Amino acid sequence: MEFTQKHVLGLKELLYKMADDQLILGHRNSEWTGLGPMLEEDISFSSMAQDKIGQSLALFELLQELGESDPDTVAFTRNDNQFHCSQFVELPIGGYDFSLVRHFFFDHAEAIRFEMLADTVFEPLAMVAKKFKGEIKYHTMHADIFMKKLAEGGPESYGLIQQAINDNFGLALGIFEPGEYESELIEAGIFGGENALQSRWLAKVVPLLESFGYTVPKVENTAPALGGRKGIHTHHLQPLLDEMTEVFSIDPGADW
Amino acid sequence: MKNTIKALLETIMDPEIPTISIVDLGIVTRIESNGKKQVRVELTPTFSGCPALKIMEQLVTDKLVEHGYTDIEVKTSFNKQWNTNMISEKGLAALKKHGLAPPAKHKGYIELDVLSDTPCPYCNSRNTELQSPFGPTLCRSMHYCKNCLNAFEGFKPLV
Repeated sequence: MEFTQKHVLGLKELLYKMADDQLILGHRNSEWTGLGPMLEEDISFSSMAQDKIGQSLALFELLQELGESDPDTVAFTRNDNQFHCSQFVELPIGGYDFSLVRHFFFDHAEAIRFEMLADTVFEPLAMVAKKFKGEIKYHTMHADIFMKKLAEGGPESYGLIQQAINDNFGLALGIFEPGEYESELIEAGIFGGENALQSRWLAKVVPLLESFGYTVPKVENTAPALGGRKGIHTHHLQPLLDEMTEVFSIDPGADW
Repeated sequence: MKNTIKALLETIMDPEIPTISIVDLGIVTRIESNGKKQVRVELTPTFSGCPALKIMEQLVTDKLVEHGYTDIEVKTSFNKQWNTNMISEKGLAALKKHGLAPPAKHKGYIELDVLSDTPCPYCNSRNTELQSPFGPTLCRSMHYCKNCLNAFEGFKPLV
Protein backbone atom coordinates (compact mmCIF):
# COMPACT_ATOMS: atom_id res chain seq x y z
CA MET A 1 0.00 0.00 0.00
CA GLU A 2 1.26 3.40 -0.99
CA PHE A 3 1.39 5.90 1.91
CA THR A 4 -0.49 9.14 1.37
CA GLN A 5 0.60 12.41 2.93
CA LYS A 6 -1.87 11.85 5.76
CA HIS A 7 -0.39 8.44 6.49
CA VAL A 8 3.07 9.95 6.74
CA LEU A 9 1.82 12.76 8.98
CA GLY A 10 0.07 10.21 11.19
CA LEU A 11 3.17 8.07 11.33
CA LYS A 12 5.31 11.04 12.35
CA GLU A 13 2.80 12.03 15.00
CA LEU A 14 2.89 8.48 16.37
CA LEU A 15 6.70 8.34 16.38
CA TYR A 16 7.00 11.75 18.03
CA LYS A 17 4.67 10.90 20.88
CA MET A 18 6.41 7.57 21.50
CA ALA A 19 9.90 9.06 21.31
CA ASP A 20 8.96 12.00 23.54
CA ASP A 21 7.33 9.72 26.13
CA GLN A 22 10.47 7.56 26.24
CA LEU A 23 12.84 10.52 26.41
CA ILE A 24 10.95 12.40 29.11
CA LEU A 25 10.13 9.40 31.29
CA GLY A 26 13.71 8.19 30.77
CA HIS A 27 14.91 11.53 32.11
CA ARG A 28 12.52 11.36 35.07
CA ASN A 29 13.58 7.79 35.88
CA SER A 30 17.21 8.90 35.86
CA GLU A 31 16.37 11.30 38.68
CA TRP A 32 16.16 8.23 40.95
CA THR A 33 19.88 7.61 40.43
CA GLY A 34 21.41 7.98 43.86
CA LEU A 35 18.04 8.40 45.57
CA GLY A 36 16.34 5.00 45.29
CA PRO A 37 14.80 3.65 48.50
CA MET A 38 17.28 0.77 48.26
CA LEU A 39 20.27 0.08 46.06
CA GLU A 40 18.47 -2.39 43.76
CA GLU A 41 15.71 0.12 43.08
CA ASP A 42 18.22 2.86 42.42
CA ILE A 43 19.82 0.57 39.82
CA SER A 44 16.48 -0.55 38.37
CA PHE A 45 15.16 2.96 37.72
CA SER A 46 18.55 3.98 36.33
CA SER A 47 18.60 0.94 33.99
CA MET A 48 15.07 1.62 32.82
CA ALA A 49 16.09 5.24 32.19
CA GLN A 50 18.94 4.02 30.00
CA ASP A 51 16.63 1.65 28.08
CA LYS A 52 14.07 4.38 27.48
CA ILE A 53 16.55 6.98 26.31
CA GLY A 54 18.11 4.36 24.00
CA GLN A 55 14.66 3.58 22.63
CA SER A 56 13.88 7.26 22.12
CA LEU A 57 17.08 7.56 20.06
CA ALA A 58 16.02 4.68 17.79
CA LEU A 59 12.62 6.36 17.29
CA PHE A 60 14.16 9.78 16.61
CA GLU A 61 16.38 8.06 14.02
CA LEU A 62 13.26 6.73 12.27
CA LEU A 63 11.89 10.27 12.24
CA GLN A 64 15.13 11.48 10.71
CA GLU A 65 14.71 8.94 7.92
CA LEU A 66 11.26 10.43 7.35
CA GLY A 67 12.82 13.86 6.86
CA GLU A 68 12.87 15.34 10.37
CA SER A 69 16.01 16.90 11.90
CA ASP A 70 18.72 14.80 13.50
CA PRO A 71 18.01 13.22 16.92
CA ASP A 72 20.09 15.67 19.00
CA THR A 73 18.48 18.69 17.41
CA VAL A 74 15.00 17.25 17.86
CA ALA A 75 15.60 16.13 21.43
CA PHE A 76 17.46 19.17 22.69
CA THR A 77 16.17 22.24 20.88
CA ARG A 78 12.39 22.11 21.19
CA ASN A 79 10.34 23.95 23.81
CA ASP A 80 7.58 22.37 25.88
CA ASN A 81 4.76 23.24 23.46
CA GLN A 82 6.56 21.31 20.72
CA PHE A 83 6.68 18.11 22.78
CA HIS A 84 4.10 15.35 22.31
CA CYS A 85 4.64 13.37 25.49
CA SER A 86 1.68 12.64 27.72
CA GLN A 87 1.38 14.86 30.80
CA PHE A 88 1.77 11.77 32.99
CA VAL A 89 5.43 11.20 32.08
CA GLU A 90 6.54 14.80 32.62
CA LEU A 91 5.47 15.04 36.27
CA PRO A 92 8.26 15.11 38.87
CA ILE A 93 9.20 11.76 40.40
CA GLY A 94 7.41 12.59 43.66
CA GLY A 95 7.59 9.73 46.12
CA TYR A 96 8.42 6.14 45.30
CA ASP A 97 4.68 5.32 45.38
CA PHE A 98 3.95 7.74 42.53
CA SER A 99 6.97 6.70 40.48
CA LEU A 100 6.17 3.01 40.85
CA VAL A 101 2.51 3.41 39.89
CA ARG A 102 3.46 5.57 36.88
CA HIS A 103 6.05 2.97 35.88
CA PHE A 104 3.43 0.19 36.18
CA PHE A 105 0.72 2.02 34.20
CA PHE A 106 3.01 3.46 31.54
CA ASP A 107 5.15 0.40 30.88
CA HIS A 108 2.20 -1.92 30.47
CA ALA A 109 0.81 0.54 27.91
CA GLU A 110 4.12 0.71 26.05
CA ALA A 111 4.56 -3.07 26.12
CA ILE A 112 1.18 -3.48 24.38
CA ARG A 113 1.92 -0.61 22.00
CA PHE A 114 5.17 -2.28 20.91
CA GLU A 115 3.38 -5.60 20.57
CA MET A 116 0.82 -3.97 18.27
CA LEU A 117 3.55 -2.21 16.28
CA ALA A 118 5.54 -5.41 15.79
CA ASP A 119 2.99 -6.06 13.00
CA THR A 120 2.92 -2.58 11.47
CA VAL A 121 3.18 -2.32 7.69
CA PHE A 122 5.90 0.31 8.19
CA GLU A 123 8.73 -2.22 8.26
CA PRO A 124 11.49 -0.10 9.94
CA LEU A 125 9.15 0.53 12.89
CA ALA A 126 8.18 -3.15 13.08
CA MET A 127 11.83 -4.12 13.53
CA VAL A 128 12.38 -1.57 16.26
CA ALA A 129 9.13 -2.54 18.02
CA LYS A 130 10.13 -6.21 18.01
CA LYS A 131 13.37 -5.23 19.71
CA PHE A 132 11.69 -2.99 22.33
CA LYS A 133 9.11 -5.66 23.11
CA GLY A 134 11.81 -7.93 24.58
CA GLU A 135 13.44 -5.10 26.52
CA ILE A 136 10.29 -3.75 28.09
CA LYS A 137 9.34 -7.20 29.35
CA TYR A 138 11.83 -6.55 32.16
CA HIS A 139 10.19 -3.23 32.96
CA THR A 140 6.70 -4.67 33.34
CA MET A 141 8.11 -7.64 35.25
CA HIS A 142 9.83 -5.26 37.66
CA ALA A 143 6.71 -3.13 38.09
CA ASP A 144 4.53 -6.20 38.74
CA ILE A 145 6.93 -7.59 41.37
CA PHE A 146 6.91 -4.36 43.37
CA MET A 147 3.19 -3.62 43.01
CA LYS A 148 2.58 -7.09 44.44
CA LYS A 149 5.24 -6.80 47.15
CA LEU A 150 3.81 -3.52 48.39
CA ALA A 151 0.26 -4.88 48.37
CA GLU A 152 1.47 -7.59 50.71
CA GLY A 153 3.73 -5.31 52.73
CA GLY A 154 1.12 -4.14 55.25
CA PRO A 155 -1.55 -1.44 55.51
CA GLU A 156 0.89 1.44 55.09
CA SER A 157 2.46 0.32 51.81
CA TYR A 158 -0.86 -1.01 50.52
CA GLY A 159 -2.57 2.28 51.37
CA LEU A 160 0.09 4.42 49.69
CA ILE A 161 -0.07 2.44 46.44
CA GLN A 162 -3.88 2.30 46.42
CA GLN A 163 -3.98 6.08 46.89
CA ALA A 164 -1.47 6.55 44.06
CA ILE A 165 -3.59 4.34 41.78
CA ASN A 166 -6.69 6.42 42.59
CA ASP A 167 -4.89 9.74 42.13
CA ASN A 168 -3.16 8.86 38.86
CA PHE A 169 -5.63 6.80 36.90
CA GLY A 170 -6.80 9.83 34.91
CA LEU A 171 -3.21 10.78 34.13
CA ALA A 172 -2.61 7.24 32.89
CA LEU A 173 -5.68 7.45 30.65
CA GLY A 174 -4.11 10.56 29.09
CA ILE A 175 -1.52 8.25 27.47
CA PHE A 176 -4.28 7.14 25.07
CA GLU A 177 -5.29 10.60 23.87
CA PRO A 178 -6.17 10.03 20.21
CA GLY A 179 -4.11 11.74 17.56
CA GLU A 180 -5.33 13.60 14.51
CA TYR A 181 -4.84 10.72 12.08
CA GLU A 182 -6.16 7.71 14.00
CA SER A 183 -8.44 6.44 11.23
CA GLU A 184 -5.73 6.82 8.56
CA LEU A 185 -3.23 4.87 10.67
CA ILE A 186 -5.74 2.09 11.32
CA GLU A 187 -6.87 1.91 7.69
CA ALA A 188 -3.30 1.65 6.40
CA GLY A 189 -2.31 -1.01 8.93
CA ILE A 190 0.28 1.28 10.48
CA PHE A 191 -1.15 1.24 14.01
CA GLY A 192 -4.30 -0.22 15.57
CA GLY A 193 -5.12 3.09 17.27
CA GLU A 194 -5.20 4.56 20.77
CA ASN A 195 -8.71 3.28 21.55
CA ALA A 196 -7.72 -0.32 20.82
CA LEU A 197 -4.57 0.17 22.85
CA GLN A 198 -6.52 1.52 25.82
CA SER A 199 -8.94 -1.44 25.73
CA ARG A 200 -6.10 -3.93 25.68
CA TRP A 201 -4.32 -2.04 28.46
CA LEU A 202 -7.42 -2.07 30.67
CA ALA A 203 -7.87 -5.78 30.03
CA LYS A 204 -4.31 -6.28 31.24
CA VAL A 205 -3.85 -3.90 34.19
CA VAL A 206 -7.28 -4.06 35.85
CA PRO A 207 -7.32 -7.84 36.51
CA LEU A 208 -3.64 -7.73 37.46
CA LEU A 209 -4.15 -4.99 40.06
CA GLU A 210 -7.26 -6.73 41.38
CA SER A 211 -5.29 -9.96 41.73
CA PHE A 212 -2.82 -8.04 43.95
CA GLY A 213 -5.78 -6.82 46.06
CA TYR A 214 -6.10 -3.25 44.78
CA THR A 215 -9.24 -1.63 43.43
CA VAL A 216 -9.16 0.32 40.19
CA PRO A 217 -11.26 3.43 39.46
CA LYS A 218 -13.83 3.15 36.69
CA VAL A 219 -12.90 4.65 33.32
CA GLU A 220 -16.35 6.20 32.96
CA ASN A 221 -15.91 8.08 36.26
CA THR A 222 -12.41 9.31 35.49
CA ALA A 223 -11.45 12.35 33.43
CA PRO A 224 -8.37 11.58 31.31
CA ALA A 225 -5.55 14.15 31.50
CA LEU A 226 -5.54 15.26 27.86
CA GLY A 227 -3.50 17.83 25.97
CA GLY A 228 0.03 16.44 26.12
CA ARG A 229 -0.14 14.96 22.63
CA LYS A 230 -1.09 18.40 21.27
CA GLY A 231 1.68 20.28 23.05
CA ILE A 232 -0.35 21.37 26.08
CA HIS A 233 1.74 20.58 29.14
CA THR A 234 1.93 21.14 32.87
CA HIS A 235 4.35 23.72 34.26
CA HIS A 236 6.71 20.83 35.07
CA LEU A 237 7.92 20.11 31.54
CA GLN A 238 9.81 23.28 30.63
CA PRO A 239 12.06 23.19 33.76
CA LEU A 240 12.85 19.54 32.93
CA LEU A 241 13.81 20.52 29.38
CA ASP A 242 15.93 23.41 30.65
CA GLU A 243 17.83 21.05 32.88
CA MET A 244 18.12 18.29 30.28
CA THR A 245 19.51 20.65 27.65
CA GLU A 246 21.73 22.72 29.94
CA VAL A 247 25.01 21.22 28.73
CA PHE A 248 23.92 20.97 25.08
CA SER A 249 22.92 24.65 25.10
CA ILE A 250 26.40 25.81 26.12
CA ASP A 251 27.66 24.82 22.68
CA PRO A 252 24.99 23.29 20.42
CA GLY A 253 27.50 22.73 17.59
CA ALA A 254 29.99 20.79 19.74
CA ASP A 255 31.14 17.45 18.43
CA TRP A 256 30.75 14.67 20.99
CA MET B 1 36.86 -13.97 2.23
CA LYS B 2 33.90 -13.70 4.57
CA ASN B 3 35.57 -16.22 6.83
CA THR B 4 38.77 -14.20 6.89
CA ILE B 5 36.81 -11.18 8.04
CA LYS B 6 34.82 -13.23 10.52
CA ALA B 7 38.08 -14.55 11.98
CA LEU B 8 39.28 -10.97 12.40
CA LEU B 9 36.06 -9.97 14.15
CA GLU B 10 36.42 -12.97 16.45
CA THR B 11 39.44 -11.27 17.97
CA ILE B 12 37.33 -8.28 19.05
CA MET B 13 36.08 -8.67 22.60
CA ASP B 14 32.97 -7.10 24.08
CA PRO B 15 34.17 -3.92 25.87
CA GLU B 16 32.06 -4.78 28.93
CA ILE B 17 32.76 -8.55 29.02
CA PRO B 18 36.34 -9.12 27.86
CA THR B 19 36.03 -12.94 27.64
CA ILE B 20 33.46 -12.99 24.82
CA SER B 21 34.03 -11.95 21.22
CA ILE B 22 31.43 -9.90 19.37
CA VAL B 23 30.98 -12.82 16.96
CA ASP B 24 30.24 -15.30 19.77
CA LEU B 25 27.92 -12.73 21.33
CA GLY B 26 25.93 -12.98 18.10
CA ILE B 27 25.76 -9.29 17.26
CA VAL B 28 27.52 -9.47 13.87
CA THR B 29 24.54 -9.95 11.57
CA ARG B 30 26.05 -9.24 8.17
CA ILE B 31 29.49 -9.41 6.57
CA GLU B 32 29.90 -8.52 2.91
CA SER B 33 33.03 -8.05 0.92
CA ASN B 34 34.02 -7.76 -2.75
CA GLY B 35 37.05 -9.96 -1.99
CA LYS B 36 39.36 -6.96 -2.20
CA LYS B 37 39.57 -3.91 -0.01
CA GLN B 38 35.86 -3.36 0.39
CA VAL B 39 33.91 -4.60 3.39
CA ARG B 40 30.47 -3.95 4.89
CA VAL B 41 29.65 -5.05 8.42
CA GLU B 42 26.31 -4.81 10.19
CA LEU B 43 25.97 -5.06 13.95
CA THR B 44 22.72 -5.42 15.89
CA PRO B 45 22.38 -3.95 19.39
CA THR B 46 21.98 -6.27 22.38
CA PHE B 47 19.93 -3.54 24.07
CA SER B 48 18.84 -0.32 22.32
CA GLY B 49 20.36 1.74 25.13
CA CYS B 50 23.69 -0.10 25.20
CA PRO B 51 26.47 2.51 25.48
CA ALA B 52 29.08 0.04 24.18
CA LEU B 53 27.57 0.06 20.67
CA LYS B 54 29.47 3.02 19.28
CA ILE B 55 32.68 1.65 20.82
CA MET B 56 32.13 -1.72 19.12
CA GLU B 57 31.53 -0.04 15.75
CA GLN B 58 34.82 1.78 16.22
CA LEU B 59 36.68 -1.40 17.27
CA VAL B 60 35.45 -3.17 14.12
CA THR B 61 36.50 -0.26 11.91
CA ASP B 62 39.93 -0.05 13.55
CA LYS B 63 40.50 -3.78 13.15
CA LEU B 64 39.60 -3.68 9.44
CA VAL B 65 41.82 -0.65 8.83
CA GLU B 66 44.65 -2.41 10.61
CA HIS B 67 44.30 -5.32 8.17
CA GLY B 68 44.46 -3.21 5.06
CA TYR B 69 40.81 -2.70 4.16
CA THR B 70 40.21 0.75 2.80
CA ASP B 71 36.55 0.89 1.79
CA ILE B 72 34.83 0.15 5.10
CA GLU B 73 31.26 0.63 6.23
CA VAL B 74 30.24 -0.46 9.73
CA LYS B 75 26.73 0.25 10.84
CA THR B 76 24.21 -0.69 13.48
CA SER B 77 20.85 -1.93 12.33
CA PHE B 78 17.69 -3.37 13.81
CA ASN B 79 17.05 -5.46 10.67
CA LYS B 80 17.79 -8.59 12.62
CA GLN B 81 16.82 -8.33 16.28
CA TRP B 82 19.35 -9.80 18.66
CA ASN B 83 18.23 -12.27 21.29
CA THR B 84 20.23 -14.37 23.72
CA ASN B 85 19.73 -17.59 21.74
CA MET B 86 22.15 -16.02 19.23
CA ILE B 87 25.06 -16.39 21.67
CA SER B 88 27.26 -19.32 20.57
CA GLU B 89 28.11 -22.28 22.81
CA LYS B 90 31.62 -20.93 23.03
CA GLY B 91 30.14 -17.57 24.00
CA LEU B 92 28.03 -19.07 26.77
CA ALA B 93 31.14 -20.74 28.21
CA ALA B 94 33.01 -17.43 27.96
CA LEU B 95 30.29 -15.66 29.95
CA LYS B 96 30.53 -18.25 32.69
CA LYS B 97 34.30 -17.88 32.75
CA HIS B 98 33.78 -14.18 33.42
CA GLY B 99 31.58 -15.09 36.42
CA LEU B 100 28.30 -14.33 34.65
CA ALA B 101 25.56 -16.95 34.71
CA PRO B 102 24.82 -17.63 31.01
CA PRO B 103 21.23 -16.99 29.86
CA ALA B 104 18.95 -20.00 29.62
CA LYS B 105 17.83 -20.89 26.07
CA HIS B 106 14.34 -19.48 25.62
CA LYS B 107 11.43 -20.46 23.43
CA GLY B 108 10.34 -16.98 22.45
CA TYR B 109 9.03 -15.74 25.78
CA ILE B 110 10.55 -14.95 29.17
CA GLU B 111 8.83 -15.51 32.48
CA LEU B 112 10.01 -14.64 35.95
CA ASP B 113 10.73 -18.33 36.72
CA VAL B 114 13.49 -18.37 34.12
CA LEU B 115 15.34 -15.70 36.06
CA SER B 116 14.60 -17.04 39.54
CA ASP B 117 16.01 -20.38 38.50
CA THR B 118 19.47 -19.23 37.40
CA PRO B 119 22.28 -21.69 38.28
CA CYS B 120 25.20 -20.19 40.21
CA PRO B 121 28.24 -19.70 37.89
CA TYR B 122 30.62 -20.50 40.78
CA CYS B 123 29.19 -23.70 42.32
CA ASN B 124 26.48 -24.63 39.74
CA SER B 125 23.82 -24.85 42.49
CA ARG B 126 20.24 -24.05 41.55
CA ASN B 127 19.54 -22.99 45.11
CA THR B 128 19.70 -19.31 44.14
CA GLU B 129 17.40 -16.32 44.27
CA LEU B 130 16.84 -13.34 42.02
CA GLN B 131 17.77 -10.06 43.70
CA SER B 132 16.83 -7.78 40.82
CA PRO B 133 16.12 -8.13 37.10
CA PHE B 134 18.38 -5.09 36.63
CA GLY B 135 22.12 -5.00 37.25
CA PRO B 136 25.26 -2.96 36.63
CA THR B 137 24.75 -3.08 32.85
CA LEU B 138 21.49 -3.39 30.87
CA CYS B 139 22.20 -7.01 29.95
CA ARG B 140 22.72 -8.25 33.52
CA SER B 141 20.53 -9.31 36.43
CA MET B 142 21.58 -9.74 40.08
CA HIS B 143 21.30 -12.99 42.02
CA TYR B 144 22.36 -14.59 45.30
CA CYS B 145 23.50 -18.18 45.75
CA LYS B 146 22.18 -19.74 48.93
CA ASN B 147 24.56 -22.66 48.54
CA CYS B 148 27.98 -21.00 48.27
CA LEU B 149 26.72 -17.66 49.68
CA ASN B 150 28.06 -15.63 46.77
CA ALA B 151 26.29 -12.77 45.12
CA PHE B 152 26.54 -13.19 41.35
CA GLU B 153 25.35 -11.61 38.15
CA GLY B 154 23.51 -13.24 35.29
CA PHE B 155 23.45 -12.37 31.61
CA LYS B 156 19.72 -12.09 31.30
CA PRO B 157 17.75 -13.93 28.65
CA LEU B 158 16.22 -11.63 26.05
CA VAL B 159 13.71 -12.60 23.37
